[in-house]
Amino acid sequence: MSTSDAPAPPPAGLWGAFTATLKRDVTLALRRRGDVLNPLVFYALVITLFPIGISPDPERLALIAPGLLWVAALLAALLSLDTLFRGDFEDGTLEQLLLAPQPLTALVMAKVSVHWLLTGLPLSLMAPLLGAMLALPPGSYMVLALSLALGSASLSLIGAIGAALTVGLARGGALLSLLILPLYIPVLIFGTGAVQAAAMGGAGAYLAILGALLALALMLAPLAIAVSLRISING
Amino acid sequence: MAFTSLQEFFAMGGHGVYVWAAWGVTAALFAASLLQARLERRALLKTLSRRVRRDARRRQTTDPAHSSRPMVDDDA
Amino acid sequence: MWAFIHKFGSPKWFYAISARLEPWCWALAALALGVGTLWGLAVAPADYQQGESFRIIYVHVPAALLAQSIFVAMALSGLVFMVWKIKVADMAATVMAPFGAMMTFAALFSGAVWGIPTWGTWWEWDARLTSMLILLFLYLGVIALRGAFARRDSGARAASLLALVGVINIPIIKYSVEWWYTLHQSATFTLTSRPAMPASMWLPLLIMLVGFYSFFTALTLARTRSEIVKREGDKRWVRALVDKEL
Repeated sequence: MSTSDAPAPPPAGLWGAFTATLKRDVTLALRRRGDVLNPLVFYALVITLFPIGISPDPERLALIAPGLLWVAALLAALLSLDTLFRGDFEDGTLEQLLLAPQPLTALVMAKVSVHWLLTGLPLSLMAPLLGAMLALPPGSYMVLALSLALGSASLSLIGAIGAALTVGLARGGALLSLLILPLYIPVLIFGTGAVQAAAMGGAGAYLAILGALLALALMLAPLAIAVSLRISING
Repeated sequence: MAFTSLQEFFAMGGHGVYVWAAWGVTAALFAASLLQARLERRALLKTLSRRVRRDARRRQTTDPAHSSRPMVDDDA
Repeated sequence: MWAFIHKFGSPKWFYAISARLEPWCWALAALALGVGTLWGLAVAPADYQQGESFRIIYVHVPAALLAQSIFVAMALSGLVFMVWKIKVADMAATVMAPFGAMMTFAALFSGAVWGIPTWGTWWEWDARLTSMLILLFLYLGVIALRGAFARRDSGARAASLLALVGVINIPIIKYSVEWWYTLHQSATFTLTSRPAMPASMWLPLLIMLVGFYSFFTALTLARTRSEIVKREGDKRWVRALVDKEL
């Protein structure tokens, strides 16, 4: 090592570290396609269960469709959270991230972005199809996808706090849902509110509030995630 | 005084069950936390005194280097 | 200022000070709870609409307010613990959580029981009851998270962080639940919001509030002292206590 004359590569800047983490996580996720597909299959399956469990009557389904689509998406996102940091925790990558010269909040943001790209976004793209199967009133499909895309970003951010807090625990899965689900309630309220309002026209206010929640989460959650990771690892 | 007799007081104008259930459960929770605090304190002091005595005995029989738990002098 | 905080934060100092404060808190709690109970149950007039079931207000409202205050107090203690590494703050937060959960349960229970004569059903997805239920889940989460860690210090820091996250979310949850409720229900008869109450009704409520808060303070002081004995059992001054107190 010491004999090499080649100058050391310049330390990666903040943006470089962010994109590197992003690329790495996307590559890793795409190598394990099952993990990416599982939440989507789960979403479709849960939605299939409701007409069977309740009634195939389209009128009745249309009434509860906004809530069903949102609750099921929320559970699907929750399902995938446990793996958000677990792999990196087990192979020691997380410790490397903690030691990196770049601020942990930025690296964590990259990981959460990947989580949203690979669960939240596909879920929101898939939702209109499932909505059609539940006889969702026409005119609310666009709002459904948009509200889910906005809302699931908040869900990923808030959920990552819980995932970071429980990553060091052997059986963190059940605990994770206890910690996170109460915090998901505002997003659920305004998400379903948007879809319900869309049928009558005028979901703008709801989408704006979802955006505001996302802005707040973007501001505070990365800090909380970083602190939680330090607790889980140094502890 | 809102009531003229004790019977009326317990009946609470026909809503006795509700009033007494709400008050009773709250009172029970207060009593339980009080009792728990008392029992906890007594148990802790008992274990501590047992440990103090055991350490004292040990110091008499063996040299102090073998004391299993070193005593810390003051707040760290 | 900082010196004072660190001095008050030292377990030995806290133990001595709280030992002196505690009897006063217990006395105030006993007095206020005694007077408030008699006044609220027997002296205060019945409500002209709800009749005698109105007397549930004297446990329901203090319990609900205290439950929310305890969560804030717990989060603040957690913040003090995380920022200044003051162990006593974490001990206080540890003992506050179960009592806070109990008060949340008391508020839920009394609200549900109150609902039978007023709404005709014991559970209504009323905005207040719903956010109390969510608060109970938040408490359970904090308690469970603390218990899940093998190392006490990690559990303490994790629980502190979760309490802080929770306390930021509580107002958001509260307002969104209220929005949700007014959206789905035309404004119905809520349990506690009512126009001007006569003094003979709100004075006992105020006294009960004082009683609830001083009981909580006294209990927290007492249990924090026990927690000091539990965690600092190897210190010489703690061991000296044993002869004095047993």
